Amino acid sequence: MNGSGGSAIALRGATVRFGDHVIWEKLDLDVAPGRCLAILGPNGAGKSTLLKVLLGLLPLSAGTITIDGRPPGHGSAEAGYVAQQRVFDPDLPIRGRDLVQFGVDGQRLGLPRTRARQVDPVIEAVGAQSYADVPIGLLSGGQQQRLRIAQALAGGPRLLLCDEPLLSLDPAAQEEIVAVIDRHRREHGTTVVHVTHEITPIADVVDQVLYVAAGRWAAGSPDTVLTTQNLSALYGTHIDVIRVHDHIVIVGGDSTGGCTHPDNNGSAGQVRDRHDGHAGHLAEGHQH
Amino acid sequence: MGLGFLLQQPFAQHALLAAALVAVSCGLIGPFVVTRGMAFAVHGTAELAFTGAAAGLLVANNPVVGALIGSVVVAGLIALFGSRQRERDSAIGVILAFGMGIGVLLLGFYQGFATAATNILFGNIFGVSGSQLIVLLVIGLIVVAVMGIWYRPLLFASVDPEAAEARGVPVRGLGLLFLVVLALTVTGAAQVVGTLLVLSLAITPAAAAQRLSASPLVVAGLSIVFAVVAADGGLLASFQSNVKASVFITSVSFAIYVVARLTGPLLRDRRRRQRHRDRPARQEATQTHPAPGYARQDG
Repeated sequence: MNGSGGSAIALRGATVRFGDHVIWEKLDLDVAPGRCLAILGPNGAGKSTLLKVLLGLLPLSAGTITIDGRPPGHGSAEAGYVAQQRVFDPDLPIRGRDLVQFGVDGQRLGLPRTRARQVDPVIEAVGAQSYADVPIGLLSGGQQQRLRIAQALAGGPRLLLCDEPLLSLDPAAQEEIVAVIDRHRREHGTTVVHVTHEITPIADVVDQVLYVAAGRWAAGSPDTVLTTQNLSALYGTHIDVIRVHDHIVIVGGDSTGGCTHPDNNGSAGQVRDRHDGHAGHLAEGHQH
Repeated sequence: MGLGFLLQQPFAQHALLAAALVAVSCGLIGPFVVTRGMAFAVHGTAELAFTGAAAGLLVANNPVVGALIGSVVVAGLIALFGSRQRERDSAIGVILAFGMGIGVLLLGFYQGFATAATNILFGNIFGVSGSQLIVLLVIGLIVVAVMGIWYRPLLFASVDPEAAEARGVPVRGLGLLFLVVLALTVTGAAQVVGTLLVLSLAITPAAAAQRLSASPLVVAGLSIVFAVVAADGGLLASFQSNVKASVFITSVSFAIYVVARLTGPLLRDRRRRQRHRDRPARQEATQTHPAPGYARQDG
């Protein structure tokens, strides 16, 4: 395809609108195979919408999208999907290994069965072998998330789409999950897309950033996109981007408190604050 | 009158067969009802089977056909009004209250015996006719066939809807299909244990099974076995007394649940201790070689 040859993900003039409401428009993006892209932005900016487009669940209103040179198929085998962490009910009659098996054949008709040969390699790859037979609802958030990743990897995808995979995990578990995904990317050349509120936990592994806010977007390397000038232009209000050691701190220009991006080495108490995300506050400030 | 003599009577054979048919369907859908949090939907469709039956009695003197049509209509309405669980529960509440009101009205017009009405509410297992048995058999076959074909995607969609949708599972369509299957099953069961006691076959056995295992197929198997034991066991017990079969069926079902609740934690503890014995060796392997099998596969 012209201009997108060899790209794992290629978007040209991609636009999504619902009625008159434009989610984002004229989006151009190329992600090379084996690279890691972070999609950043406030709640409601259309990050999850873009993920649905990449999965082939939602058509573009205008423009084109290709995954490995082909249009994204409905639930296509080449895209693995790690859903947002959602706590499983403790009584749920399902084990980690059953969850992973769904990644191999969950969409097929018939009775469920577990084939160790198909799922053991990915369960080992995420380091979940010691609790793969425990009811999933009894596991910690980090353990459940590892199994979700194993499920996404079970189909041998060339593209891994992660929707806020670190949400509600403690910093140690976040670091482990990032490492598990990145190791798989390096060993298998899988292209990885993270949708996230905050870049700090994944800053070390990200090659490319797409920032969406208020119907606008900016794409490029983290250093070129995440600047005071760029984000101020996106939000239409003054935003400060400050780098402290390894951490990127984004501070809203309005006077509302709590806009700062807490430090990554924060205590458990601070982790809770981070769920709100700096960007959500920024968007609110902009709308008022 | 001995049990042996009773078992040779057609009404007793019909009853045992009807109870077994209903129990298999109920036991099969039970784990999904529990996983999808649809206990209230079961209750709602069961009670509205009463309205359908009353309408059937009035129009064609046939409560079963009325109940079947009514329950499928109700399943469609529930799917239409509520897709998320909380929304669904309030939608069921709304439809249930109005539907029962209509049922009472319809019954007021009915000139037949009042026992026809109580039979719908509390079941009349000994009045199962040959034609009713055939209806139950057809319902059972449909339920078993649908569940056999869509079991895996339905389980995926019930447990992890976001991931299932991403994999191309038609989550909404399966939700509607399950509602229809549930409505058919519940209507069939209402003939045996009555609309008010359907939960004892559609929920209790599955809830008990979940206490004992986390393997989806083991849970399904146990749920079916428990439902059949409760239905036919309760029936056999009632042959010896004047008490209605529903009482024994719900009692046996409840007893199974209590035993499962008490033994479930013990089983879980034993499995945990077994895992602890296995664990040290496995963890060491993980630490030294993060993914030996996996790395080899590609390298």
